[in-house]
Amino acid sequence: AVARGCGGFWRRVWQCGAGVPALAPRGQRAVACNARGGAVPAGKSGIASWVPVVGLEIHAQISSNSKLFSGSQVQFAAPPNSLVSFFDASLPGTLPVLNRRCVEAAVMTGLALNCSINKKSLFDRKHYFYADLPAGYQITQQRVPIAVNGSLSYSLCIDNKMSQMVTKTVRIKQIQLEQDSGKSLHDDTRSQTLVDLNRAGVGLMEVVMEPDMCCGEEAAAAVRELQLILQTLGSSQAVMAEGQLRVDANVSVHHPGEPYGVRTEVKNINSVRFLAKAVDYEIQRQIEELENGGTILNETRAFDSKLGCTVPMRDKEGKQDYRFMPEPNLPPLILYDAKSLPANMNHQQVVNIDWIHERLPDLPSVKRAKLVEQYGILPEHSFTLLNEDGLTEFFENVVKQTQMKPKKVIGWILNDLLSYLKQHSLTAKESPVSSFLLAELLNLLDKKEISSTAAKQASTFLILLYVLAELWKAEGKTCLEIVKEKKLELLQDEKELEQICQAVIDGQESEVTMTVVG
Amino acid sequence: AALKGGMRFQVSAALREGRVTPTELCQRCLSRIKTTKFLNAYITVAEESALKQAEESEDRYRRGQPLGVLDGIPIAVKDNFNTAGIETTCASNMLKGYISPYNATVVQKLLDQGAVLLGKTNLDEFAMGSGSTDGVFGPVRNPWSYSRQYKERSVLKSHSEDEEANWVITGGSSGGSAAAVSSFTCFAALGSDTGGSTRNPAAHCGVVGLKPTYGLISRHGLIPLVNSMDVPGILTRCVDDAAVVLGSLAGHDPKDSTTVQDNFKSFELPNLIDVSKLSIGIPKEYHAPGLSSEILSLWTKAADLFKNAGAKVMEVSLPHTRYSIVCYHVLCTAEVASNMARFDGLEYGHRSGMNKSTEIMYAATRREGFNDVVRGRILSGNYFLLKQNYENYFIKAQKVRRLIANDFVKVFGSGVDILLTPTTLSDAVPYMEFIKEDNRTRSAQDDILTQAANMAGLPAINVPTALSQRGLPVGLQFIGRSFQEKQLLTVAKWFEKQVKFPVIQLEVKKHSHGVSQHQKSASFS
Repeated sequence: AVARGCGGFWRRVWQCGAGVPALAPRGQRAVACNARGGAVPAGKSGIASWVPVVGLEIHAQISSNSKLFSGSQVQFAAPPNSLVSFFDASLPGTLPVLNRRCVEAAVMTGLALNCSINKKSLFDRKHYFYADLPAGYQITQQRVPIAVNGSLSYSLCIDNKMSQMVTKTVRIKQIQLEQDSGKSLHDDTRSQTLVDLNRAGVGLMEVVMEPDMCCGEEAAAAVRELQLILQTLGSSQAVMAEGQLRVDANVSVHHPGEPYGVRTEVKNINSVRFLAKAVDYEIQRQIEELENGGTILNETRAFDSKLGCTVPMRDKEGKQDYRFMPEPNLPPLILYDAKSLPANMNHQQVVNIDWIHERLPDLPSVKRAKLVEQYGILPEHSFTLLNEDGLTEFFENVVKQTQMKPKKVIGWILNDLLSYLKQHSLTAKESPVSSFLLAELLNLLDKKEISSTAAKQASTFLILLYVLAELWKAEGKTCLEIVKEKKLELLQDEKELEQICQAVIDGQESEVTMTVVG
Repeated sequence: AALKGGMRFQVSAALREGRVTPTELCQRCLSRIKTTKFLNAYITVAEESALKQAEESEDRYRRGQPLGVLDGIPIAVKDNFNTAGIETTCASNMLKGYISPYNATVVQKLLDQGAVLLGKTNLDEFAMGSGSTDGVFGPVRNPWSYSRQYKERSVLKSHSEDEEANWVITGGSSGGSAAAVSSFTCFAALGSDTGGSTRNPAAHCGVVGLKPTYGLISRHGLIPLVNSMDVPGILTRCVDDAAVVLGSLAGHDPKDSTTVQDNFKSFELPNLIDVSKLSIGIPKEYHAPGLSSEILSLWTKAADLFKNAGAKVMEVSLPHTRYSIVCYHVLCTAEVASNMARFDGLEYGHRSGMNKSTEIMYAATRREGFNDVVRGRILSGNYFLLKQNYENYFIKAQKVRRLIANDFVKVFGSGVDILLTPTTLSDAVPYMEFIKEDNRTRSAQDDILTQAANMAGLPAINVPTALSQRGLPVGLQFIGRSFQEKQLLTVAKWFEKQVKFPVIQLEVKKHSHGVSQHQKSASFS
């Protein structure tokens, strides 16, 4: 919807870009994006063309029992200030003690993103005064981060029908370990600020991406892929709504062949959808600003999801000097590989990169390739399967239990089941129709025990099936029995089918509602 | 059995033999604290909890199950170590009234071994100073100011009976701890040592002051000055006692990642010591400008003592030591700027009433909470850390620090076992004279002989050596190899035996009147 919404604008932008030769590294991407746009007259200025440049900084909260440097528990939505150790509150005399699990999560993530892992990395203090930063500084890795020079491949479709996908790569500059801050809640009516330190000191991986992207859709696709990778690794739950994955986007525009423009940083983006919106809005805003003779300020902006636009943030006025300094209370973080691991070292006390490497799970790209190969489904279908939480497992379970060809099964799952689930905001795991029931239904269909016309009314059918299952479950009847009992065999008349459904639902309304909600 | 080593806390033998009970001992110390109150050595006296601890110790002795040599021994702790339930102020308005919820690891270790914590000792605000004169509770007075030795030799000269004009400083910043040990109010005290803060007051107060190797003793719970140089210091009446306390504190602490993993084996110092196989280095750069002729001649005599005992004594060079002061200034203030950032009035400590905005509250809190010395160091530290200055100051200072440390590595690599140097340039100066110079100038001068050991993380100890012509203590410093505390203390013990430093003849009764007055003015000033 985002891309479509500003399609006219994009066409204007990239049409211009496409015509200019020798765009250096950016040009190719601009052209690639342009493929979607088609030929449309240039913008107001006629000659000017713009190349947008997008880089991302992503903070992923590490999934760990305790915080990065203290023993406090990590938990979402706990009572305020209930998870705060003396260190988290920066009581004088307390010292940081590095959490091994957080280091392993960062190494895992670094390896999954093709980074080289630094065998020796360092911690630094970054100073600024803020109510939710009790020590007056954040411990981070400014000089030598734990992982550097990686890459992330992601795919996106270049037309609206999802049938043509391109794979792109964004370079990963570095991954650094750092502390999360607490939360400030501003109570304007009583003009006071309340501070919750539960989040203070939780481990973060900051993934810094090079500015290799050029539109909101690319940024969104890259972040979505990163999110899948983190979730696959278990290094972060990466739920954006819970703040476990937070994205800041650096956006600038410039004319081809010229140096990069002044960039703005858009913060507070808390969903992939909003990321695409925010980046596209910001690109458009900057172009319009420049075309109207204005200038771009190097500033921090926030994305207002209600208004769908970015606005300047007030709290960072003036130039900040973070006065970086080495963290003197933490020795350099030393990691080992099979070669460098000292023989007499207690393996509980060291992190072995090779050991972690050997145990990396299949990454999403590998999983997709396997799905395509094993089931003969289209690549884009494999994307959808992985993008939806639990859908791959659901699909594979159905395939296991039915004689229907996977190629056909995927259609039922992606077209009928998924749209039903989306309508009701359910994940595959919450599906009221079990993989077993769906498999049984598909078997009936495959054996022509019910008509495909009837089956085509799938969403209705599935609800019906579900209700029936609920009603007959206690008596242990099978799908076939239900179908026979309800005379659904080769049922031709849609209306009749609907009537049956309705009758069933009316009779058992409360139970239906409850189960759907549950 | 543990006592056969001789002087290890002689009082411990008395406790074991029942000649004195822990409660009696504690009460005696508490009353001594009262009669010497005019020294202003203590900020907080924890009478109630001390007596309770003594009672518990007494129970253990009665059952014949004391926890060790330290059981029942009254100790004092510098007021920059966290103590659960007892105020920890750092002699600053910022932390006045602050009661920590936890014990510093070193405090916990002492308590776990039965030591009786009498109270918290005075210091320069946040340990920033070399006189113990710049704390919010007023200056500490050197007990030797009130000794017969000082009076007999100095008061005549000054033609003045006015003690107010003549009392001398303790040195610092652990002056309260040094004065507490020196005036017999406790048997051992903890100080901290960042640039000489334990050894300097130990020298001026005539007590043993040990700065262990960086990383040997946990800093958890020590409110930091310079994290990369701070070490808990040990002040005792003799070297043997220092070895006992060291043994009870040393070792890895999971709460301090900079402590070494290796197990520390506590040791007893031998009574028969042979120094003939030793090689003693005399660093020529310690002939610093301003070194008093008295101290120079004592230093020479000390070297001769070793020579005469068959040791090899040789001049060595630590060429980068002269850059130590300026280097320290940059590194210290930078870390201070960072460490002090947490005092914003939100979570704990002083909070200003000015609360129009968070920023105004921060600024007012920090202006009201810190003295000029602390604020000055924060300002310069932040200046050195600014992006445009970082390379020129901080990075350079770090490189110089490495050069200073390498000097020591080279010297020790050339076969030298121990370095022998003066601890201070002169004996203690009268307070009235001391405050003529500002804190920065004083600190720069006074740390000159002690600082380099902190830069290099090396163990060093002050051993009281003799009295000056004015009747004030003078000490010499031994610097050892990293983690070679046993060798260092053994040499120190041998030296201690040779020099037979006199016992202080403290005249306290006369002063008990002036005391209460002084206390009042100090706590309300």
